[in-house]
Order: sequence, then C-alpha cells, then structure tokens
Amino acid sequence: MHIIESGNVAAATGVRLSRAQVIAAYPITPQTPLTEKLSEFVESGQLDAEYIPVESEHSAMAVCIAASTAGTRAFTATSANGLLYMVEQLHWAVGARLPIVMCVANRGIGAPWTVWNDQQDTISQRDVGWIQIYANDHQQIIDSVIKAFRLAQTVSIPVMVCYDGYLLSHTYMPFDQPEQSQVDSFLPAFAPEHFLDPENPGNFNTVTLPDVRPDGVGVIAPGYIEIRHNLQEDLRAALDTFVEIDKDFEKEFGRGGNPLIEEYRCDGADFVAVCIGSLSYQLRDVIDIMRDKDVKIGVMGVQMYRPFPDKAIVAALKSKKCVIVFEKALSYGNQGALYADIKAALYSSDKKPLVHNYILGLGGREIRTQQLLDALTESCTSPDTFEDTPRWLGLKL
Amino acid sequence: MENQTTILNLTEEEFVHQGNRACSGCGLSIVYRIGLKALGKNTILVVPPSCLTVLQGLYPVASTKLPCVNVTFASTGAAATGVRAAMRALKKENVNVVAWAGDGGTGDIGIQALSGACERGEDIIYICYDNEAYMNTGVQRSGTTPQGVLTTTTPIKGKLQEKKDVPAIIAAHGIGYVATASAAYPLDFYDKVKKATTLPGPKYIHVHTPCPPGWSFDTRFTIKIGKLAVQTGLFDLYEIENGQFRLTGASKNLIGKTRLPVTDYFKTQGRFKSLDKILLKKVQERVDAKWAKY
Amino acid sequence: MTTRKFCDKISRSTPGPGDGGNTGSWRVLRPVIDLAACIPAKKNKKACFHCWLYCPDSVVSKTIPPVINYDYCKGCGICAEECPAGAITMVDESTHPVEEK
Repeated sequence: MHIIESGNVAAATGVRLSRAQVIAAYPITPQTPLTEKLSEFVESGQLDAEYIPVESEHSAMAVCIAASTAGTRAFTATSANGLLYMVEQLHWAVGARLPIVMCVANRGIGAPWTVWNDQQDTISQRDVGWIQIYANDHQQIIDSVIKAFRLAQTVSIPVMVCYDGYLLSHTYMPFDQPEQSQVDSFLPAFAPEHFLDPENPGNFNTVTLPDVRPDGVGVIAPGYIEIRHNLQEDLRAALDTFVEIDKDFEKEFGRGGNPLIEEYRCDGADFVAVCIGSLSYQLRDVIDIMRDKDVKIGVMGVQMYRPFPDKAIVAALKSKKCVIVFEKALSYGNQGALYADIKAALYSSDKKPLVHNYILGLGGREIRTQQLLDALTESCTSPDTFEDTPRWLGLKL
Repeated sequence: MENQTTILNLTEEEFVHQGNRACSGCGLSIVYRIGLKALGKNTILVVPPSCLTVLQGLYPVASTKLPCVNVTFASTGAAATGVRAAMRALKKENVNVVAWAGDGGTGDIGIQALSGACERGEDIIYICYDNEAYMNTGVQRSGTTPQGVLTTTTPIKGKLQEKKDVPAIIAAHGIGYVATASAAYPLDFYDKVKKATTLPGPKYIHVHTPCPPGWSFDTRFTIKIGKLAVQTGLFDLYEIENGQFRLTGASKNLIGKTRLPVTDYFKTQGRFKSLDKILLKKVQERVDAKWAKY
Repeated sequence: MTTRKFCDKISRSTPGPGDGGNTGSWRVLRPVIDLAACIPAKKNKKACFHCWLYCPDSVVSKTIPPVINYDYCKGCGICAEECPAGAITMVDESTHPVEEK
C-alpha cells in the first residue's frame, strides 16, 4: 500500500517486514527516529523481536554479532560517530561472516561536531568488507533493506544500507509499503549451518595462526589469510548475486532493475555526472536543464559502492567524453574516494573518458541547483582545462 | 551458606580437554574447570581476549567442550546480552549464557558493557577471574592490581593506586546476586556458580585467581597462596543476594578469630617485594578496619 | 572459483585434546604417587582426592588409586603440595625412562 512517511520510518518498516529477530541500537542524530520506531513496533507487538536498548554503538554491534552467531537475524542502525565507535566490530562481523544488516543515516563526522549530512562516515569505512548499498529515495530505502537481508544471508557477509541524513531520513515522501506476504515469499527464514549450539559445540573466532594447521583428525584448516581470501572472493561474487536477487525482487514487487548503478538520460550522452545517494536525483533537474540546451549529458547514481561494480561502471562510462564525479566525502590526503575508484577501474580500459572531481556538501553545506549547473557547464565547455585533483564546490571563505 | 558440594560428590565429568595451552599451575585452569562442572552441558560461553582465549586454544582445536563465541575486548557484557536475546527469540530456555572475562575485560575496558547489561537486568552469569593484572599480554597493571604491586608497567615503584573494588561497583547496580570466590576454594566457587544458574537476572561472580608467572611464585603454591589471601583477610569470600551481604566458607570461619598478618601473604610472591614498611602498615590497618565492621 | 564449505570460511574450532601439543614435554619435575601413603589407595575406598580436585589440567583420575596422565601433566606440583598425606613427590623428569613418552 502507498504511504507517506519519513526515510527513517521507511527503513524501520523494511526491518519490520524482514522479521528481524534481535535489534540493538543506540540513538544518534539523524538515525534516532528509526530506532524509536523499531522500539514502538516491538512494544506494540507488530514486530516479534528482542529490542535491546544498549548503552553504546560498540555494544549495539556486539549484541548483533553474538545474536547472529547464535542463529538469529540481527539488525542495528547508526550514523557518523556512532558508526566509527563500532568500527572494530564492523571488521569483526565481516571476518566472522555474519549476515547482519545495518542502516546508516549518513552524517558528517566530528571534529568539528556536525549533525548534518555528508557521506564521510560510511565512505571512510569502504575498506572494511561490509557490502554498501546507497538509497536515493524512500522507496529505495525500504526496498534495499529487504534486499539487504536476503543478500546478507545468501553470501554470509554483513550489509549496510545507507541514506542521506536529514535529506532522506527526515523528509517525507510517498512510497509503496510491500505486503508482509510478499516479503515472506522473497525472504526465507534465517537458518545457518553453524551457530552456538550445546548439541554441536564449537568455538567461534578463536585465535587463528598465520599458517594452516591440522585439526584433531588431521584435516588441514585454513590460516588467517585463507579466511580473508575467501571473504574477498565471496565479496566480488556478491555483485552477480545481488543482480540476481534484484531480478527476484522485481518479479515479486514490480520494482528494480538498477541494482548496481542507476542511469538517467545517459544514452547517447557525451558527459555523465556520477555520485552516490540522493544527490543523483537532485542532479536530474540539472540534467534536464542542460539537455534542454542540447548538452548531451546524463547522471549515474552508484547504488552498490562495495563491492565496487567496476565492470558495470566501466561499461557505462568508457565511451563517454567526460565524467564528472560529485562526492560528499573524500580520502583525505589524496582525492575523492569514488573519483579514485572510477579512475582505477578505467585504467586498463581501451577507451577512457576525462574524469573530473567535485567535493561538496560536507557537514551539510547546502547544494544549490545553480552551483551544480555552473560546475557541469564548465566541465562540459572546457573539459581539458581540469587538473587531476578535486575541486571544491560551495566554499564561501 | 554451607558447602553442599564435597570432593566426593563433585561430578567427574570434565568439560575441558587435557593438553591445553594454560600455564603450568594456572589458577584460571582450576577456576574454569570447576566452573564448567557447575554450569553443565546446556551452556553457551562468551569470552573476550584474555588468558582464557589462550586456554581455549588456537583454531581449529578447542579445549572447551561447550559452544563459545570469542568477542572483542570491550564487548563481553553486550555480547552475552546478544546471546541471551537470541535464546529468547528462538524460544530456547534452560540454556546458561555465561561470560568469562579477566579483570581487565571486566573492570577496565569492559566495564561499560557490563554496566549496561546489569542495568538492563540481562539474564546472564558473568564470571570475572581476577589475576590482578593484564596477564595475557604479559603482566601489565590493571585496575584490580593491588597497591604497591610490581608489574611491567609499574616496574620500579609498584602500582600507586589501590585495588579497584569491582564487585562493589557491580553490586551498586542492584543486581540480584554478586559473589566473590577463590581458585583456592573450588567447592565454595562451585556452589556459587550452581546457585547462579538457578537465579534470574544478572549474576556476577568475582574469582580471585593466583597466577604463578604474573605474581612470581613457584607453580606448586597456587592453592596455598590463594588460601593465604583469604586467611589474611585481604580477599573475602562473600555473597550479596538481593542486597543481603554475608561472608561464606573460609571467610565466614574467620569471624572473631585471629587473622594471619598480611605480610604472610606478601612474602610469598615476588610482585610485592617493593612494598615498604609504611605501605605494609597501611594495608594491615585497612584490612583490620574492614574486618572490624563484619 | 571453487565453492568451499562455510565452516572453512570462518574460524570455528571443534573440541579436542592436545591443543598445546604434548604438554607433558613441558615438565621438569613429575609427580609420583606413593600408594602406601595415598589415602584412597590405603583405605581402598573413595576418599580424599585432593589431587584430583586441585589439578588445573584434569590429568589426575578420580580412581582408587588416582592415576596421572603423563602425556599431558605439566608438572606444576600442586597435587604434591596439596596432598594431605604427603603421598606425592615431585621427581626430576630426567630420572624417568624416555620410552614412557
């Protein structure tokens, strides 16, 4: 059914429909209403789950790790400094191959303190091994949460669904809320092969040697590097798995088709703006203005950032004249994170576009249509004049 | 509380395999072995980095016969919460959820998560084995290291501060059962763990655990030294059940009797060798004052 | 890409003895029980068993008489120290023939 609700409630509803069993979360702006809604769902009986009001984000992920190891579907949510407080646990959940799902309402990180949106929190954690899906609007938030639970338990890798703080978390949009029966049919119950079980005792995540080592009956068990190698292989394979899951989703719910990237008016375009999150929809207005002036330009949103969909991106961009990457984050001391990833992906391609980089919106600095239009116009009229370094949009001093 | 359990009726079933990596004469080995006998098969363990991690073994061989999840250092109380939440969600009752952590993982880096678990009233048993330093990483000082003790991070002057009273901090949360025990009195410890398995809500047991390499004594004296800590009144065996405090076992037997002087305990271990006369006198006075109130 | 079993993708240990290898080789001294002095052996009934109770490595059996598993005994000496009858002596390991190992 169609409802009008906030992005946070869209996320919470996705968690409810996915029948999460253990939820542990610590409130942090702008995720807080998501946490509150989940506690309301649990206390009212709409969601049959254990809700643990933990005393910190590190503990929130600790509860999820333990509950997942014990065989239940676990969920948490956070933002910014809360995400960073649990970083040790993020690595743990990945190495333990636990299908935990987490929502992150993207917010800038202190210092200095900010509560407003940028994506440095999750982008700075791109190397951990969590799968990262970014939603562009409320429909994508609720759909991605449901898909995330299915993906996580299929590949045994935790998944974070990220959406822009305030811009999506707190705004209200109409979207379709799926029926419980549809979600049940799409998302089977979590039934892991190995879990904490007195009938089948095992010791999870013990100290693992650098080298392989035989077990009690002489079977050689992997060392740390093999376990991590398996993770990387499975992460790369998850790209194709997610495409298949998205196809199943489309069959069940009638929506989908853009699991890895989402393109708008890129057909026949010479120029493509690329970004992550709700900005890609904001850019569509600018694309329309420029198309009206006969500039052959489109915009591409990166929907799955990790694992990095390099093949899809290269296929979409390699024949373009120029690609302009807008980012609400960067790899400090180097360049924009997505900018560097795209250039690396294009490195071995026979054809390559020029690539430009804009850093904008940090700490919630407002992004105006006119600014985007001016930046894209300059990129399109003089693409060769850009240096291989980010430009910053919207600085005032 | 009188010891119900005797050596003769204590179960022979072992839940720890032989040939594990614990040090020779390890106090934790005794505590762990006896504690698991009291917990039994229907138990899930939660273990942070600590000597126990090493005792439990390296992948792929586990020396414990019970299911266990290893967790990050600061998260034990929260992880135990997560296991219990999963048991409720899966409608699995009659499973003990038991956290085993050292003094660092309990009273220092782990105190926040444990405090949260106590405040939420989680149905877990939390056993802290207190060997009075960060032993797993090589004997660095912890919050529960006693005053004056030489450790690798207090190598010359000895620890300046007094021992952090972790059981009292936990008792201040108002949980239903807080107890202290000692590796040297395993039957008293066994009965306390057994009792904990029958009670609701958070149960906390703090176990004094002598450590031969960390405390500098010959491995054969682990039990002797543990007993001296109790007989001198430095470490007391007690229970606080629903707010009611009582001494138990060997400590209870000391009421009204002459205790051994604290120097009898200190002279047995190299870690106390820098204690000067002034501090020794202060410690004896503190112990006497504490016992005057019992 | 080969498909591996899930349990090879995580670190999950299964229970078994000897994680520390032949910990009997750690010994410098070994405990030897004098059956003439050992209380359960002398009385031929279940009694005492302090050695069984206090052994950190559970290598002493609760039998009449108690038997020590020298494959894994680390030679700590707690049994000798705690035996109320003084029936256990710690003896230099090098005096024992190698074929026992």
